[in-house]
Amino acid sequence: MLTFTFRRLLLAIPTLVLISLIIFLLLDLAPGDPLADQPLSIPPEVRQKMRDALGLDSPAYVRYLLWAKQFFWVEPLVFVDWVAGTSFSEGMQRILSWQFRAPVFDIIIQRLPQTLWVVGLAYVIGVLIALPIGIISAYKQYSWFDQIGTFVSMIGFSVPPFFSGVLMIVFFAIMLPWFPSIYDTTLVVNDFESFGQQIRQMTLPVMVLALQTTAQLSRFMRASMLDNLNHDYVRTARAKGMTEKVVLLVHVLRNSMIPVVTVIALGIPSIFGGAIITEQIFKVNGLGQLLITAIYANDLPMVQTLAFIFAVLIVLCNLIADVLYGLLDPRIRYD
Amino acid sequence: MPDTAMPILDVKGLKTVFRTRGGEVHAVNSVDFDLRPGELLGVVGESGSGKSVTMMSLLRLLPSPPAEMRDGAVMFDGQDLLKISPEELRKVRGSKIGFIFQDPMTSLNPVYTIGFQLAEPLRAHLGLSKAQARTRSIELLQLVGIPDAERRLKDYPHQFSGGMRQRVMIAIALACDPQVLIADEPTTALDVTIQAQIIELVKELRQKLGMAIIWITHDLGVIAGIADRVMVMYAGQVVEEGPVGEIFRDPQHPYTQALLKTVPAVRGPRAERLQVIEGQPPIMYEAPAACSFRNRCQFAFDRCSQENPTLTGISAPGHRAACFLLDKASTPEPEAVDG
Repeated sequence: MLTFTFRRLLLAIPTLVLISLIIFLLLDLAPGDPLADQPLSIPPEVRQKMRDALGLDSPAYVRYLLWAKQFFWVEPLVFVDWVAGTSFSEGMQRILSWQFRAPVFDIIIQRLPQTLWVVGLAYVIGVLIALPIGIISAYKQYSWFDQIGTFVSMIGFSVPPFFSGVLMIVFFAIMLPWFPSIYDTTLVVNDFESFGQQIRQMTLPVMVLALQTTAQLSRFMRASMLDNLNHDYVRTARAKGMTEKVVLLVHVLRNSMIPVVTVIALGIPSIFGGAIITEQIFKVNGLGQLLITAIYANDLPMVQTLAFIFAVLIVLCNLIADVLYGLLDPRIRYD
Repeated sequence: MPDTAMPILDVKGLKTVFRTRGGEVHAVNSVDFDLRPGELLGVVGESGSGKSVTMMSLLRLLPSPPAEMRDGAVMFDGQDLLKISPEELRKVRGSKIGFIFQDPMTSLNPVYTIGFQLAEPLRAHLGLSKAQARTRSIELLQLVGIPDAERRLKDYPHQFSGGMRQRVMIAIALACDPQVLIADEPTTALDVTIQAQIIELVKELRQKLGMAIIWITHDLGVIAGIADRVMVMYAGQVVEEGPVGEIFRDPQHPYTQALLKTVPAVRGPRAERLQVIEGQPPIMYEAPAACSFRNRCQFAFDRCSQENPTLTGISAPGHRAACFLLDKASTPEPEAVDG
């Protein structure tokens, strides 16, 4: 398993290099001028100087290699310096956002906590709710619990967050003023009251996102459990005199988790990139919002870097899913 | 085996119904039988004759819904297995009554080691510690003839061959020294040489451990070799039962006679064509009001479609059959019956 993981990590390197190149070329082909936002009153020669300063007229391969050098060499050194207090990266050019005139990674680090808190927490809550619902729905198939679960899942599946989010705001922020409709990033949590406020402002976006996760995953868990409940080994476990709890939570659950774990692991990258709409609705300035504004502003280094980070996460989570698959199912051997 | 011993398992009037979308299917219709200590009872019949369903009904192993045990009593150890609480039933399953299933490939949980699956009933029923369960597991694997038992405890089911898996299943069923072992077509999914090995193993274990066995099969050859008594089932009913010698020498029910004819003879002149019983066993959408075999029976007469025959004794002790042909008074002039 270890050699497998190692080999897969090595194989991921050429894959990711290729992905970064493709992202770069796609962005390069896309129409749009990074200076289009600048006032028209700027004289052409100044405009040209700005273009030169940004390196916009140098050939594509030079721009790509510069970005690659900054991403794979300079930024890791900056990270090492930050952790170890050294100064390897001194004087080196970092990836700069054209829009913010600041290092891309500094901005990402600023935005990451909001995204992790809201979208990550929603995912964790969604998973934690979905698994028991799936298990109980399958065990008590067609019971009232299962019927309600099916109904709620259908709503979660079919109502998009741009609708459910607005609906939540109308009900729980305006008609019943329980929760704020806008996420306040400047809130500093330092006492019990501000912590309560933080929870309150997270509630609505977390609910909207968790509903989606729960809907999809509980259906999946239910189907996987139902599939396994009819297997012969379940009858064997009952014939051995095992309690229903053991039959369900030891014998059936582990088999049912095999496909579900893959789905959960593959859903993790979407935490970082997938909440674009919900973040917009609740004004959470997380990574999703960062990406969308960077696209509007033609901030190519930012878009390129964010897209590539998503790609790295997807490749990594695929690997994690495969490793978990092998751990849960002894029939899978990778050597 | 002495016929006079108190039965260890006494089944009376067992009725099992499946509620399906197309209506109710009467899978088991008033089945009575008993099992005496140390006896090996063979249960034979075609696919769909209710053999497995009957045996699974005893331990309420059928999924409910759709299955429903509608009537009857299964007396074991002074209690009715159909009436006791799930908690009490659990103490019987796997402890006093062991079960071996047909397909060893799917009957073991693929994601747990053999050691884990073997230790489960030992720890649940006998309250053994981890170490004790391990020692006992090794003993059990050796008992069922699995070489290198200690090392194999760590293996998963997919690392065993079919025959070896069935040995593991037998070890699990025997883990808590059951008084009754129910083997539901334990050799059907195995190839012939492995079948013979498993049958030998069960014979040997029976001598060593002395439990009573119910052996379900549609292989009459196997039954002839190991059973003390035979019960023939058709459409969820017992149509004939008796000592194994009697059944094979002097079958009374036309169905039993037909079944015996379908077995190809190894010795003697080669038959032109293998005999078959035409048609299929019926799907019972209603409780039987007439003889279920009448449509496939060459001796059927009026009375067969008016009433359902019950098991009646005949000359040999313990030999009973459910057929109006035995009731000499009602039988029309018999045509020549060549057995």
